[in-house]
Amino acid sequence: MIESLLQTLLNGAASGGVYALVALGYTLVFSVLGVINFALGALFSLGGYLTYLLMGGRISANGALPGWGLPLELPFPLALLLAAALTGLASLVVEKLAFVPLRRRNAEPLLYLITSLGAGLVVVNLLQMLMGAEGYAFPASALAGLPAAVVVAGARIRSVQVLLLAVCAAAVLALTLWLERSRGGRALRAVAEDATTARLLGINSDAMLRLAFLLSGALAGLGGGLIGVSISLPGPYVGIGYGLKGLAVLVLGGLGSVPGAIAGGLLLGLAEAMVPSGASGWRDALAFAILFAVLLVRPSGLLGRRLVEKV
Amino acid sequence: MAAMIDNGLLVQMLIGALLGVSVYLPLAAGQLSLASPAFYAVGGTLAALLSTSWPVLGAGADGTFPLASFLLELLLGGLLAGALALLVGRLVLRLQGIYLAIATIALVEIVRVAILNLPFTGGAIGIFGIPQPFPTAAGYLVPALALLALAGWVCQRLEGMPLGRAMAAIRNDELAARCMGIDTTGVKLTAFVLSAVLAGSTGALAAHFLNTWNARQGSFDTSVTMLAFVILGGSRSWLGPVVGGLLLTALPELLRPVGDARLVLFGLVILLGPVLFPQGLITPSLLERLGAPLRPASWRRRGGVAP
Repeated sequence: MIESLLQTLLNGAASGGVYALVALGYTLVFSVLGVINFALGALFSLGGYLTYLLMGGRISANGALPGWGLPLELPFPLALLLAAALTGLASLVVEKLAFVPLRRRNAEPLLYLITSLGAGLVVVNLLQMLMGAEGYAFPASALAGLPAAVVVAGARIRSVQVLLLAVCAAAVLALTLWLERSRGGRALRAVAEDATTARLLGINSDAMLRLAFLLSGALAGLGGGLIGVSISLPGPYVGIGYGLKGLAVLVLGGLGSVPGAIAGGLLLGLAEAMVPSGASGWRDALAFAILFAVLLVRPSGLLGRRLVEKV
Repeated sequence: MAAMIDNGLLVQMLIGALLGVSVYLPLAAGQLSLASPAFYAVGGTLAALLSTSWPVLGAGADGTFPLASFLLELLLGGLLAGALALLVGRLVLRLQGIYLAIATIALVEIVRVAILNLPFTGGAIGIFGIPQPFPTAAGYLVPALALLALAGWVCQRLEGMPLGRAMAAIRNDELAARCMGIDTTGVKLTAFVLSAVLAGSTGALAAHFLNTWNARQGSFDTSVTMLAFVILGGSRSWLGPVVGGLLLTALPELLRPVGDARLVLFGLVILLGPVLFPQGLITPSLLERLGAPLRPASWRRRGGVAP
């Protein structure tokens, strides 16, 4: 009893951690630019596939290059980090193509939704072309050094979930510390608060925006790699679902709020884990049902700032 | 052209145009709602259920589905979607901007998961073998064109009516419109419900046309693709979403010879479209040049330009 409860809580916290990563990815860009990057879900997929390839995984028979694989076999932790970094770079390309041209001409925010979704469609369909539409399971050697289960307080729990939670917690902690303590983090927050004033104070706001995209993509890529190793990659669209739930978490916690994104992610993960297995088909609607309820009671999210309409 | 009629591509394009207009209507009142796929799914599911499991509507002597039943389903699909919009609209239209967009995406996802899990909607496979009121795909051209003409007529009429002007006023400045005594909540709700009725009827038509119906018909991707119809076509007149819907629905089919790369190219078009045409293809100045017949009634009467 206690064992299954502990396992349920851990499962919830682990997937909640991944939701928090995605929501933080949205938050970084939103707080600086005030728009949502709809390509983030696709970058999540990209991170998963890159991790797979960097570990020496082969392309399946339906891909563009059947049987091809990278000539290297990195251990999982290294592959995960490198994939996250590469996804961050891809996110910079997305910024260059979908955001910079519109920003230069001061376009209305609505257009960013379209261009970023277009960029996401390009990424997902490129993945589909290259890798095929079917799912990929990571090689069994991925977590070879890790025991299948660990004993915590007398209960045996699956260690993959512990790993997931630990990596998410480390990433979130590192990001929060960087934002709070470091010079770069303070500059980023200054731009998010007021870009004009920040520029007057000598902060390069364009560089900060690029940094926000880089970090945001890296977080999504990290999430993709983690989901790939703990569950599998069911297809190039894997990230879209996580991207949507991240969006729900983003609003749950309050747009632009870092603690809100973390709390919202954990809340959603735990709530989903509580859904009885008989109703598991409905689990995917839970995020949006909660979101709906919260928006109606508190339109600015759980930890968001109240919106004040100025005349 | 003849091939496009025979293989139903033209009907598909018209369905795209109808959905574009459905997204345009709330946007004309300044409301970024992405809920249309939910109402489209509701209308389609209703039509699929009624025609496959309600024998009263059933097939005629020659095996084709009676036209009257088909039209009844278009009406019922629209009404059910409209009723749902009335219920949901009161709640979500209090939200603004991106919050409204995300709340409506949430609605789309809830409807999708519901259709996937309800015991009578056929799960992941969906409902298939939906009876055909027409012997060929080309037969659907008539109802699709009629529905589009009706939607266009309503939009055109709106421009000269108090409701349409109130919508434009809210789009320009909601607070100012409220101060002028406009019932902003009522106007926004009306636009939302009109959009839902159109999407619901379109769904009912599409269910018969496609012959099968499942939860994938209304998803998040569809939401933003429909918004792309409006943005690429031009969001300042109902002609914009019609043009955008026609072109962007045809594009993936026309790109078929490219093979696997076609969806990548489609994504590129959606990515580059707003960069190259920030005002969309049908811009207000283009409408000016097109001349009087297509110009909104309100501009004609005053002889002026759009606000």
